[in-house]
Amino acid sequence: MSLTAQLPALQVVVPLLTAPLVVLLRTPGLSWAAATAASLTAFAIAVALAGQVLAGEVIHYEMGGWPAPFGISLNIDALGSLVLLLVTGASTLALVGGRDSLATEIEAGRRHLFYAAWLIVLAGLSGIAVTGDAFNVFVFMEISSLATYVLIAAGPDRRALTATFKYLIMGTIGATFYLIGVGMVYMMTGTLNFADMEVRLAEVTELRPIVVAAGFITVGLALKAAMFPLHVWLPGAYTHAPHMVTAFVAACSTKVAIYVLLRFDFFVFQNNLSQHDLHFASFLLPLALLGILVGSAVAMVESNLKRLLAHSSVAQIGYILLGASLISEAGITAAAAHMFNHALAKGAMFLAVAAFALRLSGVRLNDIAGVGRQMPLTFAALAVAGASLVGIPGTAGFVSKWLLLQAAFAQGTLGLVAVVVVVLSSLAAVVYVWRIIEAAYFCEPSAEVQAAREAPLPILAVLLLAAAANIYFGLVPAFPLSLAEMSATELLGGLQ
Amino acid sequence: MMELLGLYNYWVFAVLLMIGFYAVIARPNMVKKLLGLSIFQAAVFLLYITMDKVEGGTAPIIQKGVEDAIYSNPLPQVLILTAIVVGISTTALGLALVVRIHEAYGTIEEDETQRADLDE
Repeated sequence: MSLTAQLPALQVVVPLLTAPLVVLLRTPGLSWAAATAASLTAFAIAVALAGQVLAGEVIHYEMGGWPAPFGISLNIDALGSLVLLLVTGASTLALVGGRDSLATEIEAGRRHLFYAAWLIVLAGLSGIAVTGDAFNVFVFMEISSLATYVLIAAGPDRRALTATFKYLIMGTIGATFYLIGVGMVYMMTGTLNFADMEVRLAEVTELRPIVVAAGFITVGLALKAAMFPLHVWLPGAYTHAPHMVTAFVAACSTKVAIYVLLRFDFFVFQNNLSQHDLHFASFLLPLALLGILVGSAVAMVESNLKRLLAHSSVAQIGYILLGASLISEAGITAAAAHMFNHALAKGAMFLAVAAFALRLSGVRLNDIAGVGRQMPLTFAALAVAGASLVGIPGTAGFVSKWLLLQAAFAQGTLGLVAVVVVVLSSLAAVVYVWRIIEAAYFCEPSAEVQAAREAPLPILAVLLLAAAANIYFGLVPAFPLSLAEMSATELLGGLQ
Repeated sequence: MMELLGLYNYWVFAVLLMIGFYAVIARPNMVKKLLGLSIFQAAVFLLYITMDKVEGGTAPIIQKGVEDAIYSNPLPQVLILTAIVVGISTTALGLALVVRIHEAYGTIEEDETQRADLDE
């Protein structure tokens, strides 16, 4: 078998096996280099896989040569490939640019362990995106979650510890709910393979356990995805984590949970439960709308930059779920495209925050007053990413928001409510992004800010690259859009 | 009546799940929260182990000369072995966090740590 055929397995195996190697290397410099190399390799694999998927291939791989449903099969479709790109891309950018930032936050003697945990998060999140087995998803979810707790608890002050504890409790409850749901489906079908599950569910006559399972799985994954009102772990965890961890985790981990949610609800349950789409939409739509409103409203009054962006993430997750709960081709395309675009915008913004933190003593709005003139390039990148977050034409955020509005308009009266909410929340986004820009550019700089220089080259380069991607994918959105459209077709393929 | 009794394990599952869940939500003490979380997870282990029971089934080991034996389903047991490992790791990590929280705050009561953060 050629190496290309093994790419789906290597996607997980490369970071997973590099993790113990990084522990053995011990020195901070070498362990960083090994972790970055593994992450770059994973990104290259994800790009190669995306190329195959775009060529119209659904990649199917049997672990150890055991045929499904007996062995574990790996399946990579368009949505999975999109998620893989996000996970590996965010990890690579944060690692390449993050060396200086992490050096200030993690003590040298522990840094190799930190990088090992980082690689395990990467392996776990990639594993969720490639696997075609429901129990395997649980295992990878817990692998990545446990390692994420370690990364977040490495944050500089003690509040990181309590925030992590909260996340650990809620994350475990979410994962256990998912496990209960999978158990019930297994009880009725005798299989754990997604594709096999869908086929065998059609023969199940007593559907009540499946309905219960759908409830458990949806709620459990909603907890992991930080859907309103289950998002309370998110602001604390994002705020107190090391800056680079926030940039990595905020860009992709909640999206991976949404990916599993869509996969279960559309592939497995959609065709087998009567009116499942109605239940799904009537559960998610109101919560998505509330999440958009509440997240944006809180972000408008928040004064800590990281916490502000975290609340904005709650709202953005609402957009993605709103698109999905419209259950139309246009809606799901918008949701998938927004996953990609939001990761670009939010990842770039958190990178900019990390750059500020390297030069300033804090990241509250007061602390960054006037920094725009001292760190013009960082500030410019922040402004571009902010514009993308708001959805200004010419940036990536505009493309998916426009799709979302079109999809909502197509739904009639109920859609109009959604349109009003999205517009209101975009106005709120203008307010909170403007507050950052106002503080950074128009306020009088303090003595500390006046002494600040531009961020070090690696982080600046990564940041500018991320900002440029926000503009590039705003002007030439063909690549994420075609993956998003393919995802929508696949997810709705079974829908009659 | 017999039908309800026959579902004995499932009743225990539901009761254990709720006891664990209650402890997680209602107790401010972090060690008790973790205890609750462990009970909560153990309930799910019981659910999986119960569902693999086949009436009259024996351990799934193939023996020479025995051809018409009924076997219990081994797969859920394997799955739950993995889930137990995950559960232990979660508890261990949680307890390690509690130790660190105690070092940093001098308390492991959630309400007191919240107050300490607000006072800052």
